[in-house]
Amino acid sequence: MKKKYLSLRMTNYLSFLIDKKAVIISLVLLMFGLIVFLVSLGMGSAYISPLNVAKTLFGSGTDMEKIVIHTFRLPRVIVALFVGMSLAVAGAILQGMIRNPLASPDVLGMTSGAAAAVVAFLALFSDQNHSLTISIHWLPLGAFVGATVSVLLVYMLAWKNGISPFRLVLIGIGISALMQAGTTFLMITGPIYRASQANVWITGSIYGASWKDVAFLVPWALILLMISIVSARKLNIQELGDEIALGVGVSLQRQRLFLLLLSTALTGGAVAFAGGIGFVGLMAPHMARRLVGSSFGALLPAAALLGAILVMLADLVGRTMFAPLEVPAGVFTAALGAPYFIYLLYKSRQ
Amino acid sequence: MLKTNYAKGLGLMLACLLLGASMWMSIILGYTNTSWKMAIDAFLHNDGSNEHIVITTVRLPRALIGASVGASLAMAGALMQALTKNPLASPSIFGINAGAGFFIVLVITFFHVSSFQAFTWFAFLGAAIAAVSVFVISASGKEGMTPIKLTLAGTAVAALFSSLTQGMLSANEKALEEVLFWLAGSVSGRKLDMLAAVFPYLSMAWIGAFLLAPKVNVLMLGDDVAAGLGQRINMVKLAAAILVVLLAGGSVAVAGPIGFIGMMVPHIARGVVGTDHRWLLPYCALMGGILLVLADISARYVLMPQEVPVGIMTALIGVPFFIYIARRGILKK
Repeated sequence: MKKKYLSLRMTNYLSFLIDKKAVIISLVLLMFGLIVFLVSLGMGSAYISPLNVAKTLFGSGTDMEKIVIHTFRLPRVIVALFVGMSLAVAGAILQGMIRNPLASPDVLGMTSGAAAAVVAFLALFSDQNHSLTISIHWLPLGAFVGATVSVLLVYMLAWKNGISPFRLVLIGIGISALMQAGTTFLMITGPIYRASQANVWITGSIYGASWKDVAFLVPWALILLMISIVSARKLNIQELGDEIALGVGVSLQRQRLFLLLLSTALTGGAVAFAGGIGFVGLMAPHMARRLVGSSFGALLPAAALLGAILVMLADLVGRTMFAPLEVPAGVFTAALGAPYFIYLLYKSRQ
Repeated sequence: MLKTNYAKGLGLMLACLLLGASMWMSIILGYTNTSWKMAIDAFLHNDGSNEHIVITTVRLPRALIGASVGASLAMAGALMQALTKNPLASPSIFGINAGAGFFIVLVITFFHVSSFQAFTWFAFLGAAIAAVSVFVISASGKEGMTPIKLTLAGTAVAALFSSLTQGMLSANEKALEEVLFWLAGSVSGRKLDMLAAVFPYLSMAWIGAFLLAPKVNVLMLGDDVAAGLGQRINMVKLAAAILVVLLAGGSVAVAGPIGFIGMMVPHIARGVVGTDHRWLLPYCALMGGILLVLADISARYVLMPQEVPVGIMTALIGVPFFIYIARRGILKK
């Protein structure tokens, strides 16, 4: 009989049992992601065919193509790629830990915490003429701090002889509401230009990403994604339930805190550069689970690829469909995410 | 807790007086300096002075709207908590306010509708769509409608509607300016006409809720028991759901999505009169009105002379309460 599973065992800490089917599906996703990547680079006010895009990336190609791709589109698409991967993996970790398919960075208050911090940042560092007194490059740090503060708040308030996943979600909803109230307060008391600026950011957009952003985001995301893959084993155990996890000798609460912080760090990075792109952290892990099963060794890479594809597509549609008007990518992920979510729940009935 | 019917009736009278007093305060207090004598003069022989105009055209509508919206939201919350047996159920947490808000922003930005009648109908439509989707989503799946699924489905639907609303607004800056204050939930700057447009629906829903109260009591015993006692449970649930949509949709049309009144007030009222809905619903109505009117008065003083939307004040009071309920455990009977 042919073996259905592939076991990868490098050290005691790094070992995976992977469904062979999952490997093939992941490769297909990778190919698809690559195609979306090339098409995204080519589409826009000046169309460049995917073949020419590939050529330009490897050095040849006309000067115009080089400028368009290297200075304008490439940083944006790379940011979309990493934002998508980070959000999807953050969502997958949360869903595994909370053992509920509806958990996501949005529900736990991470996104709204970051949004509140961004609006506060814009309010604090504006002078009389409504221009910023310090560099806008500090904004991502503010967003990250906001996400972390609100998650720590959620964690502390949900603590009662340990963390129960359900309580965590409920407190997350409450803190989310508080952060939203704070955001609205700051937007209303401030000048309208700031409100609209903040509103675009809150909805989630990758508009105007530069190489500087890439230089910040990519190392951050890469390291965290690596750590997530290494933690896949912990997630597999968490998903079995509290009793079994305790039974096999896991220090449950410490691991939960670690996983929570990991997913906050991932979300914080993504939110800092792209705003609150919703539903990716909810959708991508779900779709990945349908495709490759729920072993985290296979699930995390597949979710990451799907997340990247989703955000790249949403950004592509947002900047081309109503050109010259830019529609924030977050609108499309929400419009896509919600019906998908309802479909999933409907299907689970059968 | 009040035990006898006599005590409960007395409490109800007291609540009526408190509501009257807080509405009276709402008419007198604010940025424009007025006294209670001036207020009486404004109603009896209005001389057209600045203060009298403020009292009759700004403060009075505001107090009336605050009281009706607070009462409606609190009753909607009480009905939802009874219907779902989930102590966190309320129009804002289950996405019903967000659904109504989304539809109103949609008609403002895309269809340039400005008739208030149309707003009201779209608010009802949005509230109904949100309520149905939350219900369908949470009822699907093998284990049926568990509290956690219901809560999460509500949050997801609310998140969907609010991100779509934000998306529309980010594409249209002018509309943002118009609706931002409304979206935060506020009872100021509304005319009496607006209340008059929804008042028939709201008052119908109040009466309907009081009539339905005995049936809700039976339903609280559990579906099986209620069916065993000969109740058509699906009809009762449907009627309660329609009442919730009318109450929440009508409130949102006038005042925007004001959160947490619907969650908090039923808990406080249950602490006072217990779980008999024949008493609980009137208490909720009065206490909801009092709470919203008081929150609105405090919203005037936080950033004087600027006003803070009352929705932000209710969130500030409501979130700690929400966290307290969540920590106490919502699965406990």
